[in-house]
Amino acid sequence: MKQPFERVVTTHGRTVLRVCRAVLGPVDADDAWSETFLAALRAYPDLPADANVEAWLVTIARRKALDVVRRAGRHAVPVADVPDAAVPPGGLDLDLWAALGALPDKQRRAVAYHHLGGLPYDDVAALLGGTAAAARRAAADGVATLRRTYPRFAEEGSS
Amino acid sequence: MDEVGTVALRDDDELRRLHGRLVERAAADGLLDVAYRTVDSPVGPLLLARTPAGVVRVAFAVQGHDAALQELSDRVSPRVLEAPSALDDVARELDEYFAGTRRTFDVPVDLRLLDGFRRSVVEHLRDVAYGRTASYAQMAAAAGSPRAVRAVGTACALNPVPLVLPCHRVVRSDGSPGQYAGGASAKRTLLALEAGAIGA
Repeated sequence: MKQPFERVVTTHGRTVLRVCRAVLGPVDADDAWSETFLAALRAYPDLPADANVEAWLVTIARRKALDVVRRAGRHAVPVADVPDAAVPPGGLDLDLWAALGALPDKQRRAVAYHHLGGLPYDDVAALLGGTAAAARRAAADGVATLRRTYPRFAEEGSS
Repeated sequence: MDEVGTVALRDDDELRRLHGRLVERAAADGLLDVAYRTVDSPVGPLLLARTPAGVVRVAFAVQGHDAALQELSDRVSPRVLEAPSALDDVARELDEYFAGTRRTFDVPVDLRLLDGFRRSVVEHLRDVAYGRTASYAQMAAAAGSPRAVRAVGTACALNPVPLVLPCHRVVRSDGSPGQYAGGASAKRTLLALEAGAIGA
């Protein structure tokens, strides 16, 4: 029995937005979110009833995020080339994506797919290339850095 | 409010805006198979749902709106989205009906949830005029099976679009209201509303 698509949007919309922001930054994330749910709506009737809907959505979101990047003709990294120094975001604009953007690419994507997107490490490894163990290490390194650069991560990451 | 709370509220606004955009694009691409909204009414909150063909479901709160949406997902299409503006015309006609200024509904109806005898019975509901009633036996005769009185009762109880197709006007032969999917008191309210509007 498949639940109405509205339930899919209300249950997972926030997660997909976080993943899109983590990969793209806040502006392009809107487009990726829209493309993700439109594509998901199109394919939804054919999705097996026992599928992991969240993993399916995050996989689509990743593809759509890459499409947005390609269209824009530039790299996905919102804040590039500063792997060791977090950008100190100012005032209320402090947000998780900014701290994530300061991570090295592989760590950032591992954190986004696993901690924000809810994908198991096997699936994260399939997206990143390499082994599940390597994906787990990259995510752990990313989280360790975030604990220093983004103090709220602990509480948000546990939600 | 703390910063985390502020961020969460901003996300809620953003997600509402994105949801609205998704509904627009789904409709433009022909992917909005079932649109729904809820409205308040004198007989409680109503769930209204439509397909591109017409109104497919009106559900009372006592029937369970979530259950009604799940049934639409299972039997029509899982492409179900909350799209209030897609049902503005239905909501307006219902408002006029409850205000006593509308006696028939003009919105198209999609009866795909019913077939066979039940569908035939429900289609004949339009023949019972505003402010009038018909007995289950009269409805059975109208549907071409005079002995199927019980089956008429079942068909009325399973009418997917109550109010729009007025199963509340079908009463027992002794004149008592009888069963109603929205509850016996809702049926009395509707019959009183129509009697009052006629008398006024």
